[in-house]
Amino acid sequence: MSLIKETDYGTPASRSQETVTLTVDGFDVTVPAGTSVMRASMEAGIQIPKLCATDMVDAFGSCRLCLVEIEGRRGTPASCTTPVEEGMVVRTQTGRLKDLRRGVMELYISDHPLDCLTCAANGDCELQDMAGAVGLRDVRYGYEGAGHVTARQNGEDNPRYMPKDETNPYFTYDPSKCIVCSRCVRACEEVQGTFALTIEGRGFDSRVSPGMSETFLASECVSCGACVQACPTATLQEKSVIEIGQPEHSVVTTCAYCGVGCSFKAEMRGDELVRMVPYKDGKANAGHSCVKGRFAYGYANHRDRILNPMIRETIDQPWREVSWDEALGFAASRLRGIQEAHGKEAIGVITSSRCTNEETYLVQKLTRAVFGNNNTDTCARVCHSPTGYGLGQTFGTSAGTQDFESVEQADVVVVIGANPTDGHPVFGSRLKKRLRQGARLIVIDPRRIDLVKSPHIAAAHHLALRPGTNVAVVTALAHVIVTEGLHDETFIRERCDWEEFQDYAEFVADPAHSPEAVEALTGVPAAEMRAAARLYAQGGNGAIYYGLGVTEHSQGSTTVIGIANLAMMTGNIGRPGVGVNPLRGQNNVQGSCDMGSFPHELPGYRHVKNADVRAIYEAAWGVDISPEPGLRIPNMLDAAVDGSFRGLYVQGEDILQSDPDTKHVSAGLAAMDCVIVHDLFLNETANYAHVFLPGSTFLEKDGTFTNAERRINRVRKVMAPRNGYADWEVTQLLANAMGANWNYTHPREIMAEIAATTPSFANVTYKLLEEMGSVQWPCNDASPEGAPVMHVDRFVRGRGRFIRTDYVATDERAGPRFPLLLTTGRILSQYNVGAQTRRTDNVVWHSEDVLEINAHDAELRGVKEGDWVKLASRSGETSLRAQITDRVSPGVVYTTFHHPGTQANVITTDYSDWATNCPEYKVTAVQVSRSNGPTDWQEEYERLSARSRRIEAAE
Amino acid sequence: MSPDKLAYMANQIATFFRHAPREEAVSSIAEHISNFWEPRMRSQFFDLLAREKERFDPLVQDAGQQVRPIAEA
Ligand code: SF4
Ligand code: SF4
Ligand code: SF4
Ligand code: FES
Repeated sequence: MSLIKETDYGTPASRSQETVTLTVDGFDVTVPAGTSVMRASMEAGIQIPKLCATDMVDAFGSCRLCLVEIEGRRGTPASCTTPVEEGMVVRTQTGRLKDLRRGVMELYISDHPLDCLTCAANGDCELQDMAGAVGLRDVRYGYEGAGHVTARQNGEDNPRYMPKDETNPYFTYDPSKCIVCSRCVRACEEVQGTFALTIEGRGFDSRVSPGMSETFLASECVSCGACVQACPTATLQEKSVIEIGQPEHSVVTTCAYCGVGCSFKAEMRGDELVRMVPYKDGKANAGHSCVKGRFAYGYANHRDRILNPMIRETIDQPWREVSWDEALGFAASRLRGIQEAHGKEAIGVITSSRCTNEETYLVQKLTRAVFGNNNTDTCARVCHSPTGYGLGQTFGTSAGTQDFESVEQADVVVVIGANPTDGHPVFGSRLKKRLRQGARLIVIDPRRIDLVKSPHIAAAHHLALRPGTNVAVVTALAHVIVTEGLHDETFIRERCDWEEFQDYAEFVADPAHSPEAVEALTGVPAAEMRAAARLYAQGGNGAIYYGLGVTEHSQGSTTVIGIANLAMMTGNIGRPGVGVNPLRGQNNVQGSCDMGSFPHELPGYRHVKNADVRAIYEAAWGVDISPEPGLRIPNMLDAAVDGSFRGLYVQGEDILQSDPDTKHVSAGLAAMDCVIVHDLFLNETANYAHVFLPGSTFLEKDGTFTNAERRINRVRKVMAPRNGYADWEVTQLLANAMGANWNYTHPREIMAEIAATTPSFANVTYKLLEEMGSVQWPCNDASPEGAPVMHVDRFVRGRGRFIRTDYVATDERAGPRFPLLLTTGRILSQYNVGAQTRRTDNVVWHSEDVLEINAHDAELRGVKEGDWVKLASRSGETSLRAQITDRVSPGVVYTTFHHPGTQANVITTDYSDWATNCPEYKVTAVQVSRSNGPTDWQEEYERLSARSRRIEAAE
Repeated sequence: MSPDKLAYMANQIATFFRHAPREEAVSSIAEHISNFWEPRMRSQFFDLLAREKERFDPLVQDAGQQVRPIAEA
């Protein structure tokens, strides 16, 4: 292993198909038209000295170090800003150039602190490198002149000196080392799209400044780290590098946070992680990342992490640390005991969307092959199960149709019930880039998310619908398209079932579905709705991205169907730039669904009732497989309360915090005889557990994650599991303790079994992933290198299917007792239930959940900014602080659910999607009133948690 | 599961298929319940249907016949 050094070509690649041939220092080189001379010579293997250019941002041409001579041209043009031309003859190293470059470097160095030996960037500094490259041997100017380096100069305070800014928890800004190359400013604008940095002042006085001379923490900065990565010096530097030193080897792996699935180089010194650097060749992120993936990995070493197995007879006892053997033996005998007394179906599993495909596959195999039932479910139940149903019914498979890169060819982007800049930040940055280039944006969301208006971006239409009216809006859009004749008849006739379309057209054409008719219901002005429908249908490539604001409703599946209908009727399927794309919450939601986590289907979305599919697994596993669908999470809890379901193995999920109606979940868990929690921390669910099996982090194991674009990415082990075993090994130990005889020695063998039994994974091997970096399933003989775009010539199910989408009002309605509608979401710095991010410095951005409330509603209730308020629904009540905002309309309130203290799910009800039981998180009728602080329930819960987390001192 | 919740879920399914011709709606509802409801839920469903069928949408009442029976273990 060595440190992976990616080549910096100096300027971004050109996409042109045309090529141009030139010579550089006598060597011929052929490159796409539009390439810079700098990049062309790098491709010929000749590195021209440079400081202000780097290939993650456009060239700026300010440092004048990259000068070259070009035959037939006067002067010495900058190679970074000069495009190649046919037949050009370039020289990169002449006497004149050498003198000029030395002169430039001399100036830079005369205003730079010469503390290289103790500088954190020592060994990784481009200024150092360039001084070496140009042969700088002495600096004639001396250091007495006006400079930025020292606080005092010639016995006086130096007005040019600026102290370090260490406010950001993850990196520092040391202005004394800045060479004002503006790479950071351009990275923030072009790559991240936040525009947090500017260059203030002019000439010698110019300085990099976050916002209006603010600190980094107080500025708009979202801490993505793109500027740190772009900075050629130690000016912007990771604090971890300052603390530890430079890394010496690196391993490419995949972020374990969100469904974007960014590739990173984990840069190591020994087995200590020095920093995470996004990997340029990573197809999901192309070298960019967000604050979570790059910086928020400290939870792996947090003192709360549990490293030894623990058991207890009953949940009112303290935990007792035991050996792995004892814990597994205890768990196995309890589970078997339950089965003997209450039947095979009395136990089950919950797989994790945070664990690898291989781990998930083993957990569902555990229940199907070892427990002998289909009681497996996953947290995707509570987020994207309607996607599975809706896209399965219409297109034939449950997956996004595009790769992320596709957005670069979209002309009209529709974002429905998603907040990409917070939930899927790297995709959000890509989307913003496309929008800055001129693509139009339609946002359909009750809340004014950042995308609606942010620097250099404004949505063409924001349909701020009332929560719970998605189906009405989507159907009204279809109404406009059909009645105004904007549908794509050729596409529909060729690719879909024409009769079904006619039925659907007749249905939506009913005036009852017109924007005017539903305006009062949805709260969206009809004219706005019509304009949005026309834009989507006629604006060129139309791409839909949607999130949990679509699925987490009692009509979640219906909305997904409606979205698929819209895409089909406008022909926006089957090529780059279009499509229907669910933005998945957790990193491996897609993978956990693919791997057969649902109780009714085996891996690859094949129903358990099909004997031919069961036969494949019966042969592979040597067992009989039940043809009956198993219990879904809410059904498991119901059955637990009824007494017929008594044992559960939960891998890497915290259902007590993430699932709706907390009181119902805790009652179900409390009724069980054996709850096994396999996780990094004593999470909330563990309050009700009898066995705790310590988990491993993504840094400690091998495997694969599948991101929202169906991309199978490798996860690679960079350090030994601190708890002793990777999670797949723990599942195997548990299976074997129950009498299975599994002998996997590496996740690659598990993948081989997946490929052998699942047609859409048929050609996936670790070897292929090694060669290609990643592949998007389906990956089989029909598409051996995977499939960036799906449904190209035909839909997976054959013809696309239109299904009627009747709007049915949810029974969760605002009324006199609960007049407001609560909707929930997430923010950038925290991840989901927050178990990991709360245990990192990310808490500086979000230390508690707050309730967003419109000024009008707040005033009615006498609530002021920062007040404690009580939030009550018919399920329960909780308290949190209020934030007054116009992001939400009157009648709507909003909160996140990252902190267990808030327990937002005490409020949510047990209404759920009609098809999949996906809970209705996005609409709850509530009342808000002033309060003095946490509710009795919250305080009681605090006490309970503290009590149930006690660990007995080892003898 | 409480009878209220069970009936509520079945009726929710009926609502989605209501637009289809009656026969198709009935068979779609039955298929949906057969595909996604675990035997314990189906047996509760059969019981409730036998005892208090008025809790259910008429479409669900008709679909009951076609829902996959519970295999004897
Ligand atoms: S960390 Fe990201 S958002 Fe913050 S200034 Fe740097 S590039 Fe901009
Ligand atoms: S902070 Fe770094 S990247 Fe930004 S201008 Fe200064 S030296 Fe260049
Ligand atoms: S959290 Fe998502 S966007 Fe951020 S680095 Fe990880 S995968 Fe990328
Ligand atoms: S690298 Fe070309 S001018 Fe700076």
